[in-house]
Amino acid sequence: MWKYIGKRLLLAIVILIGVSIMIYALSMLMPTDYIDRQTAPAVANGTMTLDDVTRLKEIYGLADKSFFGIVKSYSTWLVGAFTGDLGYSFLFGRPVSTVINEYMWTSFILAFIAFILETGISIPMGIRAAVNQYGGYDYTVSVLAMIGTALPSFFLAALLMNVFCIQLGWLPLQGLTSATKIFAADAHMEIFLDKAWHLILPITVLVLLGVGGLMRYTRTNMLEVMNSDYIRTARAKGLPEHTVVYKHAFRNTLIPLVTMLSGSLPGLFGGAMITETVFAVPGIGYIALRATMQGDIPFIMGYNMFLAILTVIGMLISDLMYMVVDPRVKLK
Amino acid sequence: MNDKPKGTDANSSADKKTKHNKYTDISGVEIIAEENFRVMSPGRMVAKRFFRSKLSVIGLCMIIFVFLFSFVGPLIVNVTWGYGETQVFKIERISSMVTTASFEAADGKDYNYYDESQSHVYFKAPISWDHWLGTDTSGFDIFVRLMYGGRISLVISFLVVFLETALGVLFGGLSGYFGKWVDQLIMRIVDIFFCLPGLPILLILSATIASIDAIPPEHRIYYLMGFLTFIGWAGTARLVRGQILMLREQEYMMAAETTGIPARKKIFKHLVPNVMPQLIVTMTLGLGGIILYESTLSYLGLGVPFPRAAWGSMIALADPSKGQEILANYPNMWVPAGLLIIIAVLGFSFIGDGLRDAFDPRMKR
Repeated sequence: MWKYIGKRLLLAIVILIGVSIMIYALSMLMPTDYIDRQTAPAVANGTMTLDDVTRLKEIYGLADKSFFGIVKSYSTWLVGAFTGDLGYSFLFGRPVSTVINEYMWTSFILAFIAFILETGISIPMGIRAAVNQYGGYDYTVSVLAMIGTALPSFFLAALLMNVFCIQLGWLPLQGLTSATKIFAADAHMEIFLDKAWHLILPITVLVLLGVGGLMRYTRTNMLEVMNSDYIRTARAKGLPEHTVVYKHAFRNTLIPLVTMLSGSLPGLFGGAMITETVFAVPGIGYIALRATMQGDIPFIMGYNMFLAILTVIGMLISDLMYMVVDPRVKLK
Repeated sequence: MNDKPKGTDANSSADKKTKHNKYTDISGVEIIAEENFRVMSPGRMVAKRFFRSKLSVIGLCMIIFVFLFSFVGPLIVNVTWGYGETQVFKIERISSMVTTASFEAADGKDYNYYDESQSHVYFKAPISWDHWLGTDTSGFDIFVRLMYGGRISLVISFLVVFLETALGVLFGGLSGYFGKWVDQLIMRIVDIFFCLPGLPILLILSATIASIDAIPPEHRIYYLMGFLTFIGWAGTARLVRGQILMLREQEYMMAAETTGIPARKKIFKHLVPNVMPQLIVTMTLGLGGIILYESTLSYLGLGVPFPRAAWGSMIALADPSKGQEILANYPNMWVPAGLLIIIAVLGFSFIGDGLRDAFDPRMKR
């Protein structure tokens, strides 16, 4: 097993280097970057010359856009990345890793609560749908789940905002804290409640979008298990249906479920770009979208690599979990 | 509707009226056979199973509706009303805004303020007989723009899915058939593409294209398609490879081997057609995903450039960061676009699910 993990880790490094080359090449292709945007007014009114801009870019290693220039600046970045230095974000003026660490936790709380709710809602729903296959409940839930997966997040967000924030006025429209309220420094409870109040809608959106896929996945795997021989044996023994479903069938459905859920790591830490942006929740997704639009290359690199690393770790964990929950599986 | 046992289609479709067929056997004796079964081609069996499911038929109707709406609709509009997506209508109306405020002042009296201001508005016309869904912030007819937006979404999704499949079949086929280092190389590239974060990469690419002045805005859509293909082909390649690895070991391939036909023919004539059922299912299910991606990019302003319509950019009008007015007061501008996206995506996933069940009843999800 350790040999397998070692092999997978080596492979992961190869993949990550490939990913970084690709992202670096793509972001260097952007014809204007943050420096251009920031210096454009100064160049236009004559306080800076184009030479100044080029010199500024040279400091950051972004001036030379020829093939060798990109290779050179990429290798500088790669060496830095291996030592844990992802460079400075132009937009924030702080190290990329600090910025990611700072904004990641908001996203994590948002995604984690949504994740708990999703699993709590969709797994029982999936089991019930599978047990009553082709029944009324199954059809209703399956169609609703499909509608959930067909919804664009920004549209769902707009609908919910229209109803709950504008028509009913129950919930705040955007942001993470009320701009109009001033809290005392030690009013932790109030601040917490205020944030929770702001997060209700974003979490609702994430849950509604995520429940469908997980529910259908549970249903499929549950159906597969319910058709196997040992379920028939369990029934033939005269076990109550409840025991058959929740003890014999569900425990075996857990195998694919656990592997799938442990693969959702990037979703937990990586931020929900669109949902966060629509609700203006200052999480990592919201920040990353802004940075991408402004051409903040160090941040783009750092963020995308962060996502890629999470994906790789997620895949590794889900493979290992597969072995943990199913002793028949031997990894080689 | 779905719980009948499968695989008995040949019998269950027996015609009520029995046919009499005449056969002549070797000795020349004429035999009159009573035929109480009908031979069905695999294609017809699939079609039959597909149409037996209510959901797939509903999905098909939804997609036909969206297609007619976005491809035939503009033609009808052109003939009857005679304008397109970028026709500006200035419809003058007076919009009055009332503000009231009442408060108790320091002198202990209650003050009530009432203020009514009127302004002339030319855009954002309400729903009327001439403009079924009103006009938007630029004075374009929303109903007509929905049609053109649908064109963009559907065309992009179909082209991207075909390109993706072509690339996926090519690389997956090569990888699965040749194995060894070819397989290793292609699969590592596929792994890299799997780890690329999709939306951020699309954003980088689209922002790049949007900022290059040399590329005319109307060409942006082609680049967009290229990017979506770039992000999506790896999944198809992996699927095709897996299937081909399995098929390669089957006996009919041994037979094909002995005939000595070239590898190209073996891959594309004997292996790939057997992957087609799975491919068609993934293609159909993929269409919806691409529509969602495209509308997300349009929502962020990185899709089809402004005067052209796209569903995503129509919903973007309701973005509360740009002011709540439209979100609150003009649902006619953004709700229909969202509903159309849902109809299209849902329709494709209903059809995809129906096809999957129809192609292989064992693969039931």
